[in-house]
Amino acid sequence: MEYYDSNDLKRFNEVGKFGEDLMKKFFDYYNAAIGEDGALTKREKALIALAVSHVKQCPYCIDSYTTQCLESGADPEQMTEALHVAASLEAGITLIHGIQMHNSLERNGAL
Amino acid sequence: MSQVTVLKRNEISSTDESKYNFYKTLSEKRIDLPPVMIETLQINITKLCNQTCVHCHVDASPRRKEQMDLESVDRCLEILASNQTIKNLDLTGGAPELNPHFDYIVTEAGKLKKHVMVRHNLTVTIDGNPVSGESKRYLPRFYAENGVEVISSLPYYQQYFTDKQRGKGVFEKSIESILLLNEQGFGKEGTGLELNFVYNPVGAYLPAAQKSLEADFKRELYKKYGIEFNKLFVITNMPINRFRTQLMKLGAYDEYMTKLVNAFNPSAAQGVMCRSLISVGHNGRIYDCDFNQMLEMDVVIDSEPMTIFNFDYDKLSNRRISFGSHCFGCTAGAGSSCGGATA
Repeated sequence: MEYYDSNDLKRFNEVGKFGEDLMKKFFDYYNAAIGEDGALTKREKALIALAVSHVKQCPYCIDSYTTQCLESGADPEQMTEALHVAASLEAGITLIHGIQMHNSLERNGAL
Repeated sequence: MSQVTVLKRNEISSTDESKYNFYKTLSEKRIDLPPVMIETLQINITKLCNQTCVHCHVDASPRRKEQMDLESVDRCLEILASNQTIKNLDLTGGAPELNPHFDYIVTEAGKLKKHVMVRHNLTVTIDGNPVSGESKRYLPRFYAENGVEVISSLPYYQQYFTDKQRGKGVFEKSIESILLLNEQGFGKEGTGLELNFVYNPVGAYLPAAQKSLEADFKRELYKKYGIEFNKLFVITNMPINRFRTQLMKLGAYDEYMTKLVNAFNPSAAQGVMCRSLISVGHNGRIYDCDFNQMLEMDVVIDSEPMTIFNFDYDKLSNRRISFGSHCFGCTAGAGSSCGGATA
């Protein structure tokens, strides 16, 4: 048995079965935030979403936003670069907390 | 109004037609799509090509032998001469330049003051004829001398997508060919020599908006290669022939068709090219468009197939256009035609 089935992506709406109103609010917000050109273009939003999908490691989102990136005119080079932005953030976020370690080393008299 | 009968369909199953029923969609949305005015005679003059592109709905390749003969070419010129409302001659293929009567039809159509468009694959200038080895290096100068509008497929402004779709080495040859066209004045402001590119997705997805892609192409091609051009036409891949085979292999056919159906745009439908264009096959038979031609959906009026030899402008202007599930390709999103988006 596989936990993830790509066909389940099409069934997202079904989550609203127990709470239709909240699901509708979510989709209205989601479509407004991601589905339209605003201060950012749809392509820029799709690239951000693709990067976030990888950080959160959601296979549904990775699948969906790969297609959305392509359909908004992005190419694999741009998409891969977006992943590196996300990956470097993750690395940076890990490393910056090293300052907390240094603070603790200081309190311990080890620095 | 005359009845149109479908004579033969290639690779369209009745399951597809009932599952993705274009007529049903038109009826539900109360849309009627009769011909508007026939302004363009599009001739698929050969199926011979120096390339074998993944998305090709013609299944063109260096192994194809179909060519329009001189008698048919002359007949097409007679049709152009005697029908003033047909302003445009659109030559396609395969690589239309590989027909032995290509130069002749271009120059003669020019004398008739018709606007001549050529669907030029760019690489034929560099490769030459794959069968005879004849050089085609003269083409950029020939096009300039005859004021031809050059329309060329360029899947992307970088190598990866272009070569993936059109074959290894195609991108590099395309750039070389475009620079030769630029040297003749194509794509440059003030010369009147139009060079337009055609983008279509490399896979089973819909194209991005024409305007934003055109801006990307112009910026990147100029920055990297000093290339200039006029417009980018964005088209959707049609789910027939070679591309359909690719979709079936990927297991993506139904998903792609569902995407096209869901993206049906009534405004795009109003602008479909079959309303103002007649497609002619190498054998002289007449079709509503190049896609119908490849599916062998002849135009039949009064129980007789229409050809260039019994061409009747009035009957064609009043015909019922034949549609099929593949027509969702032309009506999805911003629409798709030989001139790009239609909405």
